[in-house]
Amino acid sequence: MSAAAAYDCVVVGGGHNGLVCATYLARAGRSVLVLEAAPSLGGAAITREFAPGFRVSACAHLLHLMPPALMRELQLERHGLAWAAREVGTLALDPSGSPLHLAQGTLTELSSGAPAPDSAAFQEWRALLRRFTAALHPVLNQTPPRLGTGAWRDRGALLSLALRIRRLGRTDLRELLRIGGICIHDVLEERFASPLLKGALALDAVLGTNYGPRSPGTVLSLLYRSAAGAGAERLALPRGGMGSLTQALAEAARAAGVRLRTDATVERILVHEDRVQAVTLAGGETVRARAVISSADPKTTLLQLLGSEHLDAGFTRRVAQLRTRGLAGKLHLALDGLPVFRGVPASCLRDRLLLAPSADYIERAYNHTKYREYSAAPMMEVTVPSVADPSLAPSGQHVLSAIVQYLPYEVAGGWEEQRPRLLQTLLSTLAAYAPDLPQRVRAAELLAPPDIEREFRIGGGHWHHAELALDQFFLVRPVPGATQYRAPVAGLYLCGAGCHPGGGVMGLAGRNAAREVLREAA
Amino acid sequence: MLTESAPHYRQPLLKTPFHERAREWSQLDSFVPWSGYSTVDVFTSVEQEYFAIRNASSLYDLTPMVKYRICGTDALRFLNRLVTRDLSKLGPGKVAYVVWCDDAGQLIDDGTVFCIGAQEYRLCTGERQLDWLRASAIGFAVEIQEITEDIAALAVQGPTSCALLLRAGLTGIERLRPFEHGEFTLTRAGREPMSLMVSRTGFTGDLGYELWLRPADAEPVWDVLLEEGSPRAVRPVGSRALNMARIEAGFLLPNVDFISAAHTLYVGTERSPLELGLGWLVDFGKGHFTGRRALLAEQERGPRRQLVGLDVDGNKPAHNALLYSDRSARREVGSVSSATWSPTCKRNLALAMVEAAYVSVGSTVWAEIYLNRELTWQRRVVRARVVERPFFAPARRRSTPPALY
Ligand SMILES: Cc1cc2nc3c(=O)[nH]c(=O)nc-3n(C[C@H](O)[C@H](O)[C@H](O)COP(=O)(O)OP(=O)(O)OC[C@H]3O[C@@H](n4cnc5c(N)ncnc54)[C@H](O)[C@@H]3O)c2cc1C
Repeated sequence: MSAAAAYDCVVVGGGHNGLVCATYLARAGRSVLVLEAAPSLGGAAITREFAPGFRVSACAHLLHLMPPALMRELQLERHGLAWAAREVGTLALDPSGSPLHLAQGTLTELSSGAPAPDSAAFQEWRALLRRFTAALHPVLNQTPPRLGTGAWRDRGALLSLALRIRRLGRTDLRELLRIGGICIHDVLEERFASPLLKGALALDAVLGTNYGPRSPGTVLSLLYRSAAGAGAERLALPRGGMGSLTQALAEAARAAGVRLRTDATVERILVHEDRVQAVTLAGGETVRARAVISSADPKTTLLQLLGSEHLDAGFTRRVAQLRTRGLAGKLHLALDGLPVFRGVPASCLRDRLLLAPSADYIERAYNHTKYREYSAAPMMEVTVPSVADPSLAPSGQHVLSAIVQYLPYEVAGGWEEQRPRLLQTLLSTLAAYAPDLPQRVRAAELLAPPDIEREFRIGGGHWHHAELALDQFFLVRPVPGATQYRAPVAGLYLCGAGCHPGGGVMGLAGRNAAREVLREAA
Repeated sequence: MLTESAPHYRQPLLKTPFHERAREWSQLDSFVPWSGYSTVDVFTSVEQEYFAIRNASSLYDLTPMVKYRICGTDALRFLNRLVTRDLSKLGPGKVAYVVWCDDAGQLIDDGTVFCIGAQEYRLCTGERQLDWLRASAIGFAVEIQEITEDIAALAVQGPTSCALLLRAGLTGIERLRPFEHGEFTLTRAGREPMSLMVSRTGFTGDLGYELWLRPADAEPVWDVLLEEGSPRAVRPVGSRALNMARIEAGFLLPNVDFISAAHTLYVGTERSPLELGLGWLVDFGKGHFTGRRALLAEQERGPRRQLVGLDVDGNKPAHNALLYSDRSARREVGSVSSATWSPTCKRNLALAMVEAAYVSVGSTVWAEIYLNRELTWQRRVVRARVVERPFFAPARRRSTPPALY
């Protein structure tokens, strides 16, 4: 082995979690190298040009999960993070042109500003979610305990979780147990009348998942999203797109002494006597390391970079069976001017626009994916970030960024053939809300899950690297045997979205993993 | 009458290519199921068949042994990650006894691996393993194919087995060493030459061979062996007689001496190779294999219990006996999984799982045995000593060329 420099820690992947993890490790005195395969850092949280003069957050486009405390600890604002918008509201669009406006505690008719009919129920629901969030949020900051070990650390963590949940009180606890495993559709039916509102609330429960509103477990994914956001609906747009967040993370890492390398693809993780020893890069270079911490998705890390020959067969099978195919795609449009959305004043286009006029609409869009199809009426979460951040487009022009669901990983006919057709479908879907939009399009880019897989090196292209569902959640995330950020091989750790608490631009997987690495002597 | 179209679970058991011949020899018509096949339990009498194994030669139909063909560039790496033993030195023409474990280091099954060529192996096991083999194949360039039905298998075991095979026309068989296999041609006046694979392996702990045949050759080979053999006390044997011989040889029987970790339902009833006294098959130095980390931890802790051989006072087999620390039979320290009176050793033998404090040779435990004397039940607590295994290991099982009795 051509033993090049040796590091205490090599972090595979310079996505936001890899950068967060690296920074905490370096701050604790470890020598740290980040190896990122892409030409730039940031992973699925980057800004890039997609048409001359038009830049966009190429995957994740709204920041709402990263705890403020983490951003303060990492001094991101000092390292260059600035905001285009700190509180982005939500508009539930309706083709007839009377949108609802959802904010922290209020639900109003956008046209009149008056409280919408479901307003009281909405406030009650938000308050309930806030109470659940208060009980569940601390869990995200922690390494999940192991079951049945008898270790005081595991018992303590389980006990404190039990206590926090118990403290919800009888009524809330009962409600949590009742709805925790069921589908969001049923809960929304119980509480609300307006199809438009139910569509908007269902969207947040299914965004980034492989589920429709009637799939069991979608209350859990909503609870996760709101617990992670610790208060929900505080959606923000970093100035310069998501890439400037990860640039600030990279600056924080550099300031802590982390060495960052791009265009450095890790090909293998080398093991000697059941302990991680080094990584090899495409091109043949070897970098020695005492610990390797991977933010690549768990399947790629364990089955490709490490290899099943270092793992037990039962564990390997569990990893191979992880559900990692995504259903979310991304649409980027370069617009020569601001389109007019029916019933939405131009000033409101800084908000997030939801194209999901009812829960049934979402469910129908979802149904197609079972048959390798996409719906003629897909669900979309649309932002026009250039309204709040003119730096993203040439003056007077705009970019539109939309998450599109549901796009099957494998589509009948293949994506080469389907991509242009889907683009037409999406434009006509948008035209139902903003009739002048299609004629304003100067350039378009559409990323289906296989494109996301390729560009961001996420096997399967899943939002959370691996489905966030009860069987791949918390205590058993990503799979039993690799929880607590540790792989079965000594010195190998996982720190990406595939770990607890999951994906979204949050940074907690990275921070929790760093804590686990530091528990072991340098 | 069941028709062809009846669902598979209502179809009669499969018949091995020796079935018709076995029926002709069977006096008791006592067939039992084994891996989906119907096989003979006892032909005439267990004792007579046992003595054929130990004093002459025996034919035993082991076609139901599940056989897999494993080939591909990663065949060796795959097998070495599957089993606990190091197979990297197993060259073509060699056979190895192996066990494999689940992730927790608990035994799934045992079997034999035949190295056919650089990238081709055969795995023979008691039970079907395809699911586990497939899981184990993730990330390895191997092809796994079940070939159970393509091969008829006949064990020829006993002190005269080499002589018998030579007489039958298997020239060169005397040069085959233990745990070797080779291709042979059976030439005999008046018959087409038949080519077959023979391995010097078996389940009796005695001199013996296993013949791996094309199903079409099964009956001719059987006929030839019995033409030569029957005047010399050779006879087909059933699994009951074989069971006595395998206990004498100290071999474990799945579902009797251990339950596969793939099948146990109760926690703690699975067994590790260390507990089963198969530690010699576990090679911690060869690189990773499934269960290695768990077994290493177990070795550091020291196994809680272990399988031992017992010599039990008296002559009543200690079937399923509970074992105690002393004659008062108050504190249980283990139990017997296999027991037999051994006519050859003239000892009352048992295989038993006992607590760690009782595993060393010379330890004494007490066995609780129930005797049925013409419907009058008696309970006996008798002394049992831990002794070396195998109980029976004649030098002839190893000698090459074997003496021609
Ligand atoms: C369509 C879509 C829209 C989304 N929208 C949002 C959103 O609006 N808001 C939000 O919060 N979240 C969103 N998400 C989720 C979010 O983008 C991810 O969960 C998050 O970015 C994952 O971050 P990470 O650091 O864990 O992993 P990644 O960002 O995936 O980083 C992993 C890094 O590892 C690198 N890598 C992989 N293999 C190797 C290798 N062999 N060698 C070297 N480097 C390697 C990759 O190039 C990548 O940079 C969205 C996801 C999708 C798919």
